[in-house]
Amino acid sequence: MRYDSLLDSVGRTPLVGLPRLSPSRDVRLWAKLEDRNPTGSVKDRAAFFMVEQAEKDGLLAPGCMILEPTSGNTGISLAMVAKLRGYRMTCVMPENTSSERRQLLEMFGAQIISSPAAGGSNEAVRVARQLAAEHPDWVMLYQYGNEANARAHYETTGPELLADLPGITHFVAGLGTTGTLMGVGRFLREHRPGVQIVAAEPRYGELVYGLRNIDEGFVPELYDASVLSTRFSVASTDALRRTRELLAAEGIFAGISSGGALHAALAMAGKAVAAGQQADIALVIADGGWKYLSTGAYGGTLSEAEARLEGQLWA
Amino acid sequence: MAIEVRIPTILRNYTDGAKSVEGSGATLDELLADLEARHGGLRGRLVDDAGLRRFVNVYLNDEDVRFLGGLQTPVSDGDTVTVLPAVAGGSGAWAAAGRGPAA
Repeated sequence: MRYDSLLDSVGRTPLVGLPRLSPSRDVRLWAKLEDRNPTGSVKDRAAFFMVEQAEKDGLLAPGCMILEPTSGNTGISLAMVAKLRGYRMTCVMPENTSSERRQLLEMFGAQIISSPAAGGSNEAVRVARQLAAEHPDWVMLYQYGNEANARAHYETTGPELLADLPGITHFVAGLGTTGTLMGVGRFLREHRPGVQIVAAEPRYGELVYGLRNIDEGFVPELYDASVLSTRFSVASTDALRRTRELLAAEGIFAGISSGGALHAALAMAGKAVAAGQQADIALVIADGGWKYLSTGAYGGTLSEAEARLEGQLWA
Repeated sequence: MAIEVRIPTILRNYTDGAKSVEGSGATLDELLADLEARHGGLRGRLVDDAGLRRFVNVYLNDEDVRFLGGLQTPVSDGDTVTVLPAVAGGSGAWAAAGRGPAA
């Protein structure tokens, strides 16, 4: 395939069957390989759409500073798009995200501002909002509330899935900004009545959440619970175990959040088997495993890896 | 066999510090009533007159019961129920904020 430039190659990722992880011939799993995007994650779609929309809206002029709270992938995607389109980029990210992400961001020329680990992504959002208030000329695209994030998936990921898997019965993805689930979910619901939209939410250990007040919960503005059919909370140990299964059984070297999506997908597959129903379940491989090597997620026993991952963000 | 119920640190004062306890019942509601007999006060931290408390999440085999049948969700031997406080980025606030199926 030939494209005029790197940005033109965003999307149109492969959908591959997972014959060894699928429970039967009637209940099949399919993986949407979003690591095959220009910077290696699903976030390239949202970054491209958000920047395009901001340009259309006249928010971005050459040399503008883009500001974004991000635990990594969105920042890397935005930094790449910013570099190609002539903008500068500042990321606010929790200090406990992996070093590979920092190195990538720096390579793309982004400035990094760390936010305290204890608050996770919520704290990054708070710090970014503060910075935006202090620098009115900076442009915060704000992936958690930017309709172009969900629209990227409504206009591209959703149609790609339906074209490749017209009989799709379930769509499973990680729950972060909710952009992927909202966009794909709305598109599929319009074209596949009865389709199930399944969220896989990371469940971190108490080291990450600390002793935070429980009513400080943050809900992305994009989130509309009515789009979801159900939601899973996936513990780090299960996400890790499934990430390793993806590699061992199917040869897919994925990031840890993809293991979380597989965990939820297998639960839905189990239900379909128990009910004697046919199912074609598509799940999102949000990124590859490269950026997580330093977390120790792939070496040693599962419990060793889990111990090393304690206190780190993996999605 | 019984149903394993995993208890978050913040509620372990009701379980003598135990990380998980066992109970029985045909629904989540019955299970919580069964637990209350041995762990007095626990149920009241999870449930109020309106159903599951806003900042509490309960998962049946990792699946949010708010999207299943709430307190009427059927449970059976061998299941694992996980109770979590809704923390930052957690889903109790999401459930409360969204228009999802109410418990």
